[in-house]
Amino acid sequence: MTKITPDMVREHGLSDAEYDRILGLMGREPSFVELGIFSVMWSEHCSYKSTRAHLKKLPTKAPWVIQGPGENAGVIDIGDGDAAIFKMESHNHPSFIEPYQGAATGVGGIMRDVFTMGARPIAMMNALRFGEPSHPKTRHLVSGVVSGIGGYGNCMGVPTVGGEVNFHKSYNGNILVNAMCVGLARQDKIFLSAAKGAGNPVVYIGSKTGRDGIHGATMASAEFDDASEEKRPTVQVGDPFTEKLLLEACLELMATDAIIAIQDMGAAGLTSSSAEMGDKGGSGIELDLDKVPQREASMTAYEMMLSESQERMLAVLKPGREKQAQAIFQKWELDFAVIGITTDTQRLVVRHKGKIEADMPITALSDAAPIYERPYTERKPVTGTPSYGKSKPVLASLKTILASPDMASRRWVWEQYDHTVMADTVQVPGGDAAVVRVHGTTKALAITTDVTPRYCRPDPFEGGKQAVAEAWRNLTAVGARPLAVTDNLNYGNPQKPEIMWEIVAGIEGIAAACRALDFPVIGGNCSLYNETNGEGILPTPAIGGVGLMADVTKMATVAFKRPGDVIILIGETKGHLGQSIYLREIEGREEGGAPAVDLGIEKKNGDFVRGLIEAGRVDTVHDVSDGGLLVTIAEMAVPKGIGASIGQAGLPDAIPFWFGEDQARYVIAAPFAEAEKIVEEARAAFIQVAELGKTGGDAITLDDKNSVRVAVLKQGFESWFPNYMSGEEVRVTN
Amino acid sequence: MKSAVIVFPASNCDRDAKVALTQMTGKTPHMVWHQDSELPDVDLVVLPGGFSYGDYLRCGAMASQSAVMKSVKAHADKGGMVLGVCNGFQVLTESHMLPGALMRNAALKFVCRPVGLEVEETQSGFTRKYNNGQRVTFPVAHGEGSYFADDETLDRLEGENRVAFRYAKGENPNGSARNIAGILSEKRNVLGLMPHPERVVDETLGGTDGRGLFQSLIEALS
Repeated sequence: MTKITPDMVREHGLSDAEYDRILGLMGREPSFVELGIFSVMWSEHCSYKSTRAHLKKLPTKAPWVIQGPGENAGVIDIGDGDAAIFKMESHNHPSFIEPYQGAATGVGGIMRDVFTMGARPIAMMNALRFGEPSHPKTRHLVSGVVSGIGGYGNCMGVPTVGGEVNFHKSYNGNILVNAMCVGLARQDKIFLSAAKGAGNPVVYIGSKTGRDGIHGATMASAEFDDASEEKRPTVQVGDPFTEKLLLEACLELMATDAIIAIQDMGAAGLTSSSAEMGDKGGSGIELDLDKVPQREASMTAYEMMLSESQERMLAVLKPGREKQAQAIFQKWELDFAVIGITTDTQRLVVRHKGKIEADMPITALSDAAPIYERPYTERKPVTGTPSYGKSKPVLASLKTILASPDMASRRWVWEQYDHTVMADTVQVPGGDAAVVRVHGTTKALAITTDVTPRYCRPDPFEGGKQAVAEAWRNLTAVGARPLAVTDNLNYGNPQKPEIMWEIVAGIEGIAAACRALDFPVIGGNCSLYNETNGEGILPTPAIGGVGLMADVTKMATVAFKRPGDVIILIGETKGHLGQSIYLREIEGREEGGAPAVDLGIEKKNGDFVRGLIEAGRVDTVHDVSDGGLLVTIAEMAVPKGIGASIGQAGLPDAIPFWFGEDQARYVIAAPFAEAEKIVEEARAAFIQVAELGKTGGDAITLDDKNSVRVAVLKQGFESWFPNYMSGEEVRVTN
Repeated sequence: MKSAVIVFPASNCDRDAKVALTQMTGKTPHMVWHQDSELPDVDLVVLPGGFSYGDYLRCGAMASQSAVMKSVKAHADKGGMVLGVCNGFQVLTESHMLPGALMRNAALKFVCRPVGLEVEETQSGFTRKYNNGQRVTFPVAHGEGSYFADDETLDRLEGENRVAFRYAKGENPNGSARNIAGILSEKRNVLGLMPHPERVVDETLGGTDGRGLFQSLIEALS
């Protein structure tokens, strides 16, 4: 047997204390295979050892939550016996090393998490953060990630309906690729991963196992340095064709009652899927690796247990049902093999070529995994009002902002995604939230992903709150009732107390907002160690929100639809310019604090707006977020080329009024008679409301004086992305 | 009107085609697996969009060799109608049931967007309910949809009025020769087109321009 040396322990990303813990749990020195298994199962990626203590603070329950965190994905009740199943997950490190395959396999992985629970995926979203546009790698990474997402999702025939793309220098050496999948199932056909009972066959389904992706989970749990490109061999290669077959074959098998438990082989492959299924079912699992379908000759037990080859599933069947299952997988020309059996020993036993390569208690890999209460150092949130040049012309700034990297149209990105396949996409990318009809009904799911990382650095708590509030607001703005979220917490190295504080405060902010808005967290993913050469990313807790719309024909969109509509602002404008897009793009500074989120007002204003949409009284709504009020109005004017004549209302200074990023605000447009009633009702309900002007013409005109043609704004808005990607020089901003 | 939709491994618009056919004709189409060598008794065969066999070789090349395609060819030879959309169009050119080839988009990127088309030929069972020159909007969603054929073939297609759909001025999304979006076979019973008519039959999804194609088929086949 291989003797375990301190170097081997360190190469496996385990600390000396963790190795001592392993010796205690095993009562002997682990074998090399066992060490590898501990290494992946105790990695940050799989064990959540730094965050688990804090994730408990998140609210996870509501009457409509069927399955909260802990399964492959969360499940909510959307009425009529239907369930929505969804989750968001990161593939940051692989995507930086090899953008096409990294992003593609991120999409494939999250889809498997959803269809392993019995759902047909119906929509994909993604939240992407890249380095500054002038960084030499950015263009290559954007191009690779976008085509990787498209390459996989398009082949699967699942529409990619929206997401986010941001640029900031903190991501220069560590981009973020977070993919979200939403699926649809019947509530009585949901599959879990608990391998209950002994003597049941453990079956392997899908692609063959190769040497790719070995130790991917460990890589995802380490910081990057200049040598990271050497890790390219640990990035897996995606095969969407096989995944599509696997999806159809699994759904076909799930229509029978042959399955006891099923789980996809994601991070840490065969190891984590078998350990997690045994752990949840309170059973043991014995695997015979000689039976594993292999792509390469003479693979070792170590390689097979740690391979992250894609498009594979592990299932536990009812005894005697193997033939029935095998026939389905043969039809789809996929590998199928009985590779083990469940036991009542609560041990994971791995045999290979007549030898026992691992024999360990499953609880050592789950419950007994280390949990750290890592120390953290609180930082006082940044406050104060940044200065700005008061005489800068408002409309010229609007033009600049609409054509800036973070605000310009993302059409270049989403036109590379098939967003209308499955013929249920009711709201395409570019609006506040994507809307996908529940097939064969008039109800629909609204989906969004949100976070404003520049708010999270100066104030991680308010930033966490804001991310949730914005997701809730975006769902509300299309007319949906927000139901639940999945979170993708992207942070730096948790072993640094100042980063650990960002994580703790961020989770607490998310928890506060989710609680106040009745918007529970039903699953998610943590991605830590997002640092390169010691430089951390902006804290980026991405929130994926899902809401339900009873009648999709009432849906609101951002576009102005008629001339002569009254433009109404709901919510209070205080003129918060700290960390605003205006300050960064026009003044060239990232300063000040995050805007405060008053969750009570957020709820009150949102409920009021949603009520108007549900009653069929308004069809034109846009939430006010990045860039502030004037940018919001411009975004409403651009789609149909309908202008607006508007005036300042409430604040003496133009710049904070038009560009401040105060929260809890919406712009709505409605015909005169309806608008008068809305304003009256808002006042009666003590909701801040202001009439800003009217739609019409082909220009945006301020205070009857200055104007800019919508076509001119559109030109800048639409051309930044294609120009940049075609290689145009960019000025150095942030 | 009786119809069948062929399902290749990784077809992914097969359900959309089924839903549109059911909605428009009131009858559910047969779903035919690629390994079946016999077709049910139908008037129309639809080759749907998707990535048949992963399209790791030339798009549609593997599908053109599948068992079911022999029957599809026989069906067309007997004068039966065949509609190929997107990947289905690629399968039709790879099977030589339609001339030319579909190459990588000129911009080398996948493109999904609504595009304006002109219905150029209404003397066919696929297009008779449209008006000549009618402008319609169908979405496209493909990476390899740039129609190519030599000049002689293109001249012949035009001379025989076999260009059913052309991308309207300024709308060509992929660099197709002479803005060709969809073509008919010599006997006018096979239509291949890159845009997706089956995605625009439902008002809720923002357009119903595709209905004309299904209404034409219903009229022609009743």
